[in-house]
This record gives sequence, C-alpha cells and structure tokens, in this order.
Amino acid sequence: MFNPKQIRDDFPIYYHNPHLIYLDSAATSLKPISVIDKLNEYYKKYSANIHRGIYKIAEKASEEYEESRKIVSLFINSKRSEEIIFTKGATESLNLIASSLGQALIKEGDEIVTTILEHHANFVPWQQLMAQTGAVLKVIDINDNHEWGVATYSKHGKVRIDISDVVTTKTKILAVNYVSNTLGTINPVKEIIQEAKKINPAIITVVDAAQAAPHIPIDVQSLGCDFLVFSGHKMLGPTGVGVLWGKYEHLQSMPPYQFGGDMIREVALEETTFNDVPHKFEAGTPPIAEIIALKEAIAYLKYFGFEAIQNHEKQLARYAIEKMQQEFGERITILGPREFERRSGVVSFVLNKIHPHDIAQILDEYDICVRAGHHCTMPLHHTLQYPATTRASFYLYNNEEDVDHLVKGLRKVVKTFQK
Amino acid sequence: MSIYADIILDHYQNPRNNKKLDTPSRTVDVNNPLCGDKLHMELTEKNGSVEDIGFTGEGCAISIASASLLTQYAKGKDLQKLSSLEADDVVGLLGIELTPNRMKCALLSWEGLLKLVNK
Ligand SMILES: Cc1ncc(COP(=O)(O)O)c(C=O)c1O
Repeated sequence: MFNPKQIRDDFPIYYHNPHLIYLDSAATSLKPISVIDKLNEYYKKYSANIHRGIYKIAEKASEEYEESRKIVSLFINSKRSEEIIFTKGATESLNLIASSLGQALIKEGDEIVTTILEHHANFVPWQQLMAQTGAVLKVIDINDNHEWGVATYSKHGKVRIDISDVVTTKTKILAVNYVSNTLGTINPVKEIIQEAKKINPAIITVVDAAQAAPHIPIDVQSLGCDFLVFSGHKMLGPTGVGVLWGKYEHLQSMPPYQFGGDMIREVALEETTFNDVPHKFEAGTPPIAEIIALKEAIAYLKYFGFEAIQNHEKQLARYAIEKMQQEFGERITILGPREFERRSGVVSFVLNKIHPHDIAQILDEYDICVRAGHHCTMPLHHTLQYPATTRASFYLYNNEEDVDHLVKGLRKVVKTFQK
Repeated sequence: MSIYADIILDHYQNPRNNKKLDTPSRTVDVNNPLCGDKLHMELTEKNGSVEDIGFTGEGCAISIASASLLTQYAKGKDLQKLSSLEADDVVGLLGIELTPNRMKCALLSWEGLLKLVNK
C-alpha cells in the first residue's frame, strides 16, 4: 500500500516540476492536493469570518475551524480540545509561552534549562526572558555521538537520564527539542521530563515538536509534558498555522499574549474581561483557511500511518548514509548518532571541506533541493565547530532514486572542485 | 549555465592576495553570519592609492573568488575612486549571473573594501 511513486501523484508540485528532487522537507514539506483543495474550498464556498456572523456561511466556517481543533486534539491525544491553541507556527507558540509564562512565573535567580541542539525558536525566547528577568539559562550539551550528554543508552537502546547536575528545585522551565532538525536525533523527551519532575514536581516542561509532528506519533499525556508546539507547514499542512498545546490549568492562569478581537468577553472603558481558553490566546482574525486545511494534512498522514511513514524515512536515511559513506569514505562526515534506530529522516553532512553553499548550488543545477547553512541551530554549529553544514531530509514522497540522484550530484560537486 | 566558471574556480583554488600584510594601515573584519563566511581585509596606502591589499578568512567559492578578484582590481587604484565602486561593478568582475542569495556571498569583500577605503 505504501508506494512513494504513487504518493507523488497526490503532490501537484511534481506535476509542475517533473524533475524535482525535493530533499528539504525539514524546512517545509510539500503539500498534497487534498490540503490545497481544502484551502480553496474555504475561499470558494464559505469564506466568512469565524465566531462572529449569524449567517450560514459564517457558521459553516466556524464549524470547520472548530473541527480542526478537535482533530488536532485527537492527533496528539490531548485531554480536551480547548487545550489546542492555533498560532502562526511553532515559533509563535514558543514566543507565546515564553512571554506569557515568563510574565506569570519567572523572577530573578530562577533557572530555565534548555539544550544546545535547539532550533533558535526554542532558544532565543528563553535567552531573552533571562535577560529581562535576571533568570539563569542552563544549557544541556551533546556528547560525541551527538546525543544529549545527560543520556546514556544500554545495548538494547534503553535510555537512562541523569540531570541531577542541571535541574534543581530552582528550575522553573525545561524546554527541549523532540526531534533535531540538524542532527536527526529522536530525543528521549519522555524520560527527561520524568527525571525533571522527580527533581522538581512543579517544573514546567515545554516540548518543541516541530520536527516530530510530521514523523512520529505524539501523545502529550504519555509524554507528561506541560506544553508542546508544532507547525502545520512541516507536516503537509499550509504555512501560517501552528499549534500550541498546553495543560488546561496552565492556560487558564496564564495572561494573554496579544489583545484585540475574539479574545475578549467584555470591554468597558476602564477594564476588559478576557474570553475563555483557547480563545483568550487567539486574538484577531486567524488564518482561517489554513487552520481548516490543517485537518486534511492530518487525515493524509493518518491514512498511511506513522509506522509506515517512519519506516520509509528511516530506510531512506539509512540508504543515503550508507551510500554516501561508500562513495566518499573518509571525505564525508555525517552528523548525528551512529545508531539508525535513534535517527529520523534527516541527514546533515560535511563533505571534503567544500562550503555547503557551493554544494547546494551545484546540486540545484540538477534540480536537487537541499538546505545549506546552520539550519537555525547556531549554538549547535558552534559546538560542532562547523560554520555550516548541508542537510538532506526525507519524507513520505521521497524514494531511493532521489538518494541516487543526490549521490550522483555530490560526485559532480567533488569533481567540480577537483579541477 | 554553472556559476562555477573556470575563472571562479581558479580564483577560489588559488586566491590572489590571500595574505596578511606586515604593516597594514587599515584593517577590517566582515562576516556573513547566515553562511558563516568571514573575511579579514587589510591594506597599505601610498599617495592616496592602494599600495598593497590582502585578505584572509573562510567562505564559499563565490565569496573567496570575489575577494580575490576584487583585491586584484583594487591594487594601485585611488582610494577615493574605490569608494564609489558599485555592487554591479563587482558582479561585472566575476562575470557570472548570481541569484539574490548568492549575491550576499559575492558582495562580502566589497562591503569590506568600502569600509577599508572609507576609514
Ligand atoms: C525543531 C524546530 N523548531 C522550531 C521550528 C520553527 O518552526 P516555524 O518556523 O514553522 O515557526 C523549526 C523550523 O525550522 C524546527 O525545525
């Protein structure tokens, strides 16, 4: 049933760019026709504002919108759909948490813990909060196998976490990445949360699932986290829509992030009463079409199931790594853990000291799209002492031929610079 | 057409003026944090002209080739005249067509040169 060649027929971009070798899904994924059609459906059939009109098309739009909330809620197994807040992306979700929670919770001398492999979106907001409040930011490092230094794995892949040196009773927030967009590691998020809560039961845990939501099943209750965020555009959905999930009691007590329409109950000259969760955090007209179409992306992923998707991506990543090592041997360095089971479909590498921009540029001559740069993980790149790396990332529409093209392209890169 | 024309590869692999000067009268550091490219540039002057010029640093083929070609061009030229050098002139030196993204790489040494001559 899982046939990547057939899957491509659902992605119109391949029809318009028949030679496209798209290996940059970690930046943003391609979109299936069902998602594109759903966006159009809203604009063509019921493009009214939500939660306001009394007329039929406004009710239809509101219904579709709220249905998306329920579907997202099921998608990550949250307890109630009011815990789902729509934002414009993982970045906005994290900023909302840092700003609102920061205001309510953080004082001078408090500690916030994060890790060196975070995307800037889960690093800079905490750093800024620290600067504003006088809190202390502690950063968990990585080890030689490019995994959290606080984690040790047994032969059978069982993980033990020791954060007793980092997390203390003063640690108010632990903000961690689920799947690294640069290293491809699947981080032991559940285990670190468990350990953190043992040290400080009141700790608030925030999970950046931007690279997890497209690839692995998420269960917020089983993870035991307090907040979890992701973006629609990396999981086959539209741009401009993201999700913030938070435990209901936190959301209720947190101050709003922005003020305006939809988020209020009553406004008088002197005072405003805010609307209930989740509307309290959804000020102004949201990206309605995008939110409505997000549920089609989820439906598409569910149709194939994460087990099949993950197997496929892992297989491709493994094929790519083995092939690149075979071809370039010592000249290529692959980032991330050696164990394939602990990786996702992201393969970052450094080749022969050739600058990643030159690699990406030459690959582009063969319609191969990869990412070159620091992938918004500068602290990690500093630690690894590479100013930049090249990243190929795989998704359900990729196949082994794409990898073969990539390796052939890289051969051309090496040849160009051998002249 | 590939932007990795022979002239670019030549100047990338054998960059001219890729050196430190003994007693530079002006020095500057420029970088492009997005790509991690970094250049250190220096010059000595004589009678209002560039007597010698050198650069060190790391970068992609385009930024290194451009630094090589540009320093070659600048040597012996009037400082005043160099200060009116335009981005298009630099692109002309490279002789290739660049996308907006790669333009930043090509113009890093130009940014450095302008800072040097306007010091
Ligand atoms: C791990 C991670 N976190 C956060 C983000 C930010 O997502 P967005 O740009 O959609 O807000 C990204 C996107 O690159 C990411 O890979």
